[in-house]
Amino acid sequence: MNFRTRKKIQGRLFLFFTAACAFGCVALVAWIMLTIIQGGHAAISWTFISHAPTQGMTEGGIFPAIVGTFFLVLIMSLVGVPFGTITAIYLNEYVARDSRFAQTVRFAVNTLAGIPAIVFGLFGLGFFVQFMGGGIDNLLHGGALKWGQPNILWASLTMAMLTLPVVIVSVEEAIKQVPRELREASLALGATKWETIRKVVLPNCVGGILTGAILAVSRGAGEVAPILFTGAAYFLPDIPHKLTDQFMELGYHIFIMSTQSTDVEGTMPIQYATTLILLLLTFILNFSAIFLRYRLRRGRFA
Amino acid sequence: MTPPSVEIPSSKIGIWGKPRRRPLEWLIERGIRATAFVCLLLIALIFVFVFREALPIVLGKVKAVEITESVGESETYGEDPAPTASQPKKDLELEAEASDEIIGVKHILGKEWQPVSLKPRFGILPLLLGSLKVTFIALLFAGPMGIFAALYTSTLAPKWGKEFMKPTIEILAGFPSVVVGFFALIVLASIVQNLFGLQYRLNAFVGGLAMAIAVIPVIYTVSEDALAAVPKSFTEASLAVGASKWETALRVILPAATPGIFAAVLLGFGRAFGETMIVLMATGNAAMLSPGFFEPVRTVSATIGAEMAEVVFGDTHYRMLFLLGSILFVISFGLNAVAEFFVRNKLMKKFKGAS
Repeated sequence: MNFRTRKKIQGRLFLFFTAACAFGCVALVAWIMLTIIQGGHAAISWTFISHAPTQGMTEGGIFPAIVGTFFLVLIMSLVGVPFGTITAIYLNEYVARDSRFAQTVRFAVNTLAGIPAIVFGLFGLGFFVQFMGGGIDNLLHGGALKWGQPNILWASLTMAMLTLPVVIVSVEEAIKQVPRELREASLALGATKWETIRKVVLPNCVGGILTGAILAVSRGAGEVAPILFTGAAYFLPDIPHKLTDQFMELGYHIFIMSTQSTDVEGTMPIQYATTLILLLLTFILNFSAIFLRYRLRRGRFA
Repeated sequence: MTPPSVEIPSSKIGIWGKPRRRPLEWLIERGIRATAFVCLLLIALIFVFVFREALPIVLGKVKAVEITESVGESETYGEDPAPTASQPKKDLELEAEASDEIIGVKHILGKEWQPVSLKPRFGILPLLLGSLKVTFIALLFAGPMGIFAALYTSTLAPKWGKEFMKPTIEILAGFPSVVVGFFALIVLASIVQNLFGLQYRLNAFVGGLAMAIAVIPVIYTVSEDALAAVPKSFTEASLAVGASKWETALRVILPAATPGIFAAVLLGFGRAFGETMIVLMATGNAAMLSPGFFEPVRTVSATIGAEMAEVVFGDTHYRMLFLLGSILFVISFGLNAVAEFFVRNKLMKKFKGAS
């Protein structure tokens, strides 16, 4: 075997190996999705979606979990998206983008994005449930336990903290795309800073805010660790009515049913179906975010 | 983007000596600033609150400080098993603390209701070992796979291959960890058990494999960024002296991007170390100090997830769990900082002026 053929064979082998790694990832995704679709599609029906679990969670549907997840991400977005957006605006419009302050904040936000989800759960428990909730109870209810226990509000706020970096990064990216000339034109016409932000900058980064919100919702719907002890409940026959109620959640429901159910084997179709619904939910959200970001990147300022 | 400072005529200065041309404007600006600061305050509070709850254990007694330090050492210097040496010391100190509590100091440090039955749970080393085992397995699989997949897409793949990989990785990154955990628990565990004929269905190996699924997107994305940042002149120079495409990829581009790839592995490590739901579902959750990879393990994060709901606010167990959380926090923080250092200082400096 001469030098050239040996090199050629080595090259083929290397190409094959790296391609196998790449397409291994593709196969992995396909395998997981097909398994879950195969196991779950038969059990999904309108009854499954619209009814509460029955018979000790071995039969029935997942309606409370769907509604709980919905409320969780709704409250989370109502708090997290405005806060994240305003922070991003402040960082880009009111302080110099490269100032030491802005750099520090960006470092903090990056750090926040890297903290494990379970640590947010601890923070939620220590800060929201015990410090805030306990404080409210002491002030208003004379120490009677009302707010100082896990509930949907504290879980949502914890989740809002977790998803804050997602929102801030998305909105910052969008704000950076608004050309400086537009702002200058607006200011030159006599508009004040706030008018410029409201009428020029914000309308041009609605897409970014929306992308951030969707990504945050997708992340929030999928994370379970932060709500383990800030508000998720094992089983509730009803949907949450007040902010002080606990709630069921899709991911937590999967976790409970597959690890602590009385009949893990028998409820397999329900578990698959719940997983499938959670997966569908996150996919729809993720893809709409990807699509929006794509539209945004091609953007009007290209 | 500070506005150019404008001279304000004295007639328009308000009674407090501040420009009050537009009260609404002033109010909104203050509002935005306040909101942003609340946001930053909350970020800072995460640091404060997680450590605050663990602080009494660290500061409460001099001996407790020694213990946390010895834990820190054992975790940075690898799996070298020195547990037998520090374990009894720790138990002794906990007993001492417990006996203090029985005397009845109703201090925030000392609300201890089940000191004896909870005692074995406070040995931190099996948890750290468990986390390291799972992380090691995860990186063993996800590392090469993520890095070589990134190398393939950034240098060797045809255009359609690139177009194909991007959404795939986005989907993989979008899998909720509970879904991956479920998949590992139901499908992967059985396959691994049948394949190796294992005694335990759920073990560190299964947990690590499942963790690899969650870590691949992290390693892939960061490696790809690093590989894409290698200046085109490197490739051109290599091809010009007669190297083939794959030799360029393996011998020029990959070594050039080493700091970035190192950062990718570090971030993958951090992700695997802190991830909770997957290990909670797929590792069997038995805190054992054993060397095997095919035995059940309990990780740091899973311990917090599994036990926090049952502890009593303020007691030693509660504080121990917060201490575990602080450890996770410090590790992920440190890894992020080091990774950023590698990308920004080593990688970018290397390429500066080369493009």
